[in-house]
Amino acid sequence: MKSAKTTATDVLPAEGGLGNDALLEVDDLHVEFVTRAGLVKAVNGVSYSLRPGESLAVLGESGSGKSVTAQAIMGILDMPPARIPQGSIKFRGTDLLKLSEDARAQIRGQRIAMIFQDALSALNPVFSVGWQISEMFRVHRGMSKRDAMKKAVELMERVRIPAARQRVNDYPHQFSGGMRQRIMIAMSIALDPEVLIADEPTTALDVTVQAQIMELLAELQRESNMGLILITHDLGVVADVADKIAVMYAGRIVENAPVRDIYKNPGHPYTKGLLESIPRVDQKGQELYAIKGLPPNLLDMPSGCAFHPRCPYRQDNCVTDVPPLNEINLDRNSACHYWREVLDGSHG
Amino acid sequence: MSDIRPAGPLDPETQQSEALDQVAPATVPDTAQPGVPPSAQPKTKKKDGKPASLWTDAWYDLRRRPLFIGSAIMIFILVVMAIFPQLFTSVNPYDAATCQLIDARTPPSAGHLFGQDNQGCDVFAKTIYGARVSIMVGVTTMIVTALFGGLLGLIAGFRSGATDVILSRTTEIFFAIPLILGALLILVIFGRGNVWTVMLALSVLAWPMTFRIMRASVITAKNQDYVMAARALGAGAGRIMFRHILPNALAPVIVIAMINLGGFIAAEAALSYLGVGIQSPEISWGLMIADARDRFLEAWHPLIFPSIFLSITVLAFIMLGDAVRDALDPKLR
Amino acid sequence: MGRYVIRRLIQAIPVLLGATLLIFAVVFALPGDPIAALAGEKRGNPVVVALLREQYHLNDPLIVQYGYYISGVFQGNLGRTYANVEVSQIIAAKFQVTVNLAITALVLEAIFGVGLGLWAALRRGKATDSMILASTLILVSVPTLVTGFVLQLLLGVQLRRWTGGVEIFPIAGVSDGWISYVVPGFVLAGTSIAYLTRLTRTSLVENLRADYVRTAVAKGMPRRRVVGRHALRNALIPLITFLGADLGTLMGGAVITESIFNIPGIGQELFRSVHERQQPVVVGIVTILVLVYILANLVVDLLYAVLDPRIRYE
Repeated sequence: MKSAKTTATDVLPAEGGLGNDALLEVDDLHVEFVTRAGLVKAVNGVSYSLRPGESLAVLGESGSGKSVTAQAIMGILDMPPARIPQGSIKFRGTDLLKLSEDARAQIRGQRIAMIFQDALSALNPVFSVGWQISEMFRVHRGMSKRDAMKKAVELMERVRIPAARQRVNDYPHQFSGGMRQRIMIAMSIALDPEVLIADEPTTALDVTVQAQIMELLAELQRESNMGLILITHDLGVVADVADKIAVMYAGRIVENAPVRDIYKNPGHPYTKGLLESIPRVDQKGQELYAIKGLPPNLLDMPSGCAFHPRCPYRQDNCVTDVPPLNEINLDRNSACHYWREVLDGSHG
Repeated sequence: MSDIRPAGPLDPETQQSEALDQVAPATVPDTAQPGVPPSAQPKTKKKDGKPASLWTDAWYDLRRRPLFIGSAIMIFILVVMAIFPQLFTSVNPYDAATCQLIDARTPPSAGHLFGQDNQGCDVFAKTIYGARVSIMVGVTTMIVTALFGGLLGLIAGFRSGATDVILSRTTEIFFAIPLILGALLILVIFGRGNVWTVMLALSVLAWPMTFRIMRASVITAKNQDYVMAARALGAGAGRIMFRHILPNALAPVIVIAMINLGGFIAAEAALSYLGVGIQSPEISWGLMIADARDRFLEAWHPLIFPSIFLSITVLAFIMLGDAVRDALDPKLR
Repeated sequence: MGRYVIRRLIQAIPVLLGATLLIFAVVFALPGDPIAALAGEKRGNPVVVALLREQYHLNDPLIVQYGYYISGVFQGNLGRTYANVEVSQIIAAKFQVTVNLAITALVLEAIFGVGLGLWAALRRGKATDSMILASTLILVSVPTLVTGFVLQLLLGVQLRRWTGGVEIFPIAGVSDGWISYVVPGFVLAGTSIAYLTRLTRTSLVENLRADYVRTAVAKGMPRRRVVGRHALRNALIPLITFLGADLGTLMGGAVITESIFNIPGIGQELFRSVHERQQPVVVGIVTILVLVYILANLVVDLLYAVLDPRIRYE
């Protein structure tokens, strides 16, 4: 694992506020949950980095640790039962994990913001949407109620909520799913954060609305040059928005690469499986591919490569040896012993 | 309290899913489903091959709860006390010869462990014999209200429509009448109160509680898929009601019945204290408290000892109800 | 909203009619002739007795008597006692006393119940939490009868001994103003405090787990604001409705407390009227208690709509 950590971003200096330097660097992060049944290792040495204006899509099925990583970055994990035994999360060169709770609260919401999957439950049902957006200005900027409300209306207009001025005093349940997610977005970008984490922002929405929300996120990002981490289990969603993709499986990154490369030629059997299971028009009538087997049990992880029980490329050493994150090229890695064969497409 | 769950040697699969269920929804949204593949289902088969039902699971769980063990032991002792008070005291408090008026209000001593009351009778013996009335009133009222309210609740929940409306409206009327006041009026009609009239008065007013719980859980059970399936397969109404719905709707009714039982015992004491319940020379804790109250600032022991027994009895039944609820509550499983 | 209130009031009518009819029937069945009881030992003048029986419709069948009674109630008239005193006049002062007692109990319940529940919820799983939960179990279990006398003994006798005869909390009667209601109010509220503590704890714990609390944390809100504004505002909804509905319960359950602490409220009055065969007073008191119950439940429903914007009444 250690030897494999030479990713492209490691070459860059960790400090300095110049435009192209890393905004956020997650390095060898581990997160575990102490449960009555035992230790659940949800994240096992995840590293990724994000530059200003860059979009990183973190892809994986539920349980892969993608959301837990995001929650660790935000500092909203409940500890206990969660704990972070190892790793660092550097934001502009400062390790967030070493900061006091007060200092983190200053970053949270103001400099690193987050959008959640289900806006209906993520918004407080008993406060008006205007109240919830304006709270950011009142608490963090000390604005008066009236000024903060004005700001809330502006933000609602910015995320294109029709008749924002009339609807600012409405409650979350009075909005449609798409509009609610727009409110969530308005709230998260209120204080111009440098990093925005969107945790499955479109999963709960209709397909047409999904596209609109993704478009809105991309547009907001272009305007503000913020870094965007897009967490999703849906490869189809990320193609147009993301610059690079990190694929997670069983708490590890199994492949990271620029978006184009992954779609063109996946470098890990799991990524390959995910791509092949996307329904496509030109394959109409054929049986849809599905990765065989079940997601791993986090309490009882398979030995060696966690993906080996489901892998068509499996060899004997996959059962015993954990594959390192091999460098395919400067900005591409794959945690597969047989990444060359996968790239060649000689199997599966 | 409900959080005390001794880490017993549960079978590993049950334990695992249980733990994840508890932590997962709140804190690990991501690991909720995947941690446990569908193969590891919470309701696993026990060794004898029979599928573990809610009841066997609950029983398995209950036997390991200190709360349950404690209350069960207390209730066992109280029941023995109610049936065979002679085992605990050689004095028969119903025999007037055992009372010496000259020794009235003598504080506790070796001869009279709890002292003597205003009539010079042995408080210990009376307290022991007082268990009978409390347990009888509590248990019979619980049974009557559970059967009556439960049956009507089952019908209302199952039939819905006009039957449900009429029954539900009727319970609202009973709910509007305060329990103790209503029971007081009913008991005055009967004249001299005894165990049966007290039981009747409480039952008349208390059955709607069981009704409501039963009705609600029947409606929930009725809409479950397995009931729909049974209906689709052409099972008769009676079969659906008693084979499919009742066993699954029973848990909350049993819990409320246990907790109510403690309440009925307290209500009996209150009514006897007010002079409309159990009448002298019958022995009841409420009556003992009433007799002792006038002089209780001089002699507190004739009042305190029945009070302690009364409180412990109510506590035992409420604790039992609590323990059973925790064991049956699927949310905690 | 207005239409909803009216609809609810109309729905409450059958409950009011049913409950009062039930009580009327029970009281009607009470043994003994009220007029004879009025006349006392001497046999009354048969002409006067007949006249009185006529005046109080005692010769009519039950349902007719009830008709007279309830039409009076709807005109705000609770009838007259057999001694020709307005029932409302007898009840008014007693009612005030019981209302005072119930409100004191409600305030104590809110303070202790919500306070202890919040404390337990914020210390969930710790020793404090277990201690509070254990004490609620005991509080639920010890009957009013017992807490009443024990507190009377402790505060009336022991505390007085320690303070050298100075009475801090009066333990009988209501002659000292509001302070006289504190101990009886606490005794009356006992069980409710325990239930409210548990409800508060459960409600807050559930809400602290909610997604919107996570959002509030992610917004960088200080912990105090997350708990005090976001979680608590939601957690309060069931608590306030519980408190509202409890007012009726407390008033109806006051009879024991009133008896222990010698408080001249409607519980005591009812008890006396039952024994004196003053049927009009008995029915009047129960009618009022039923009304309080119905109104308290209506207020609770309306409060719900105020507290939870998701609920709208048409």
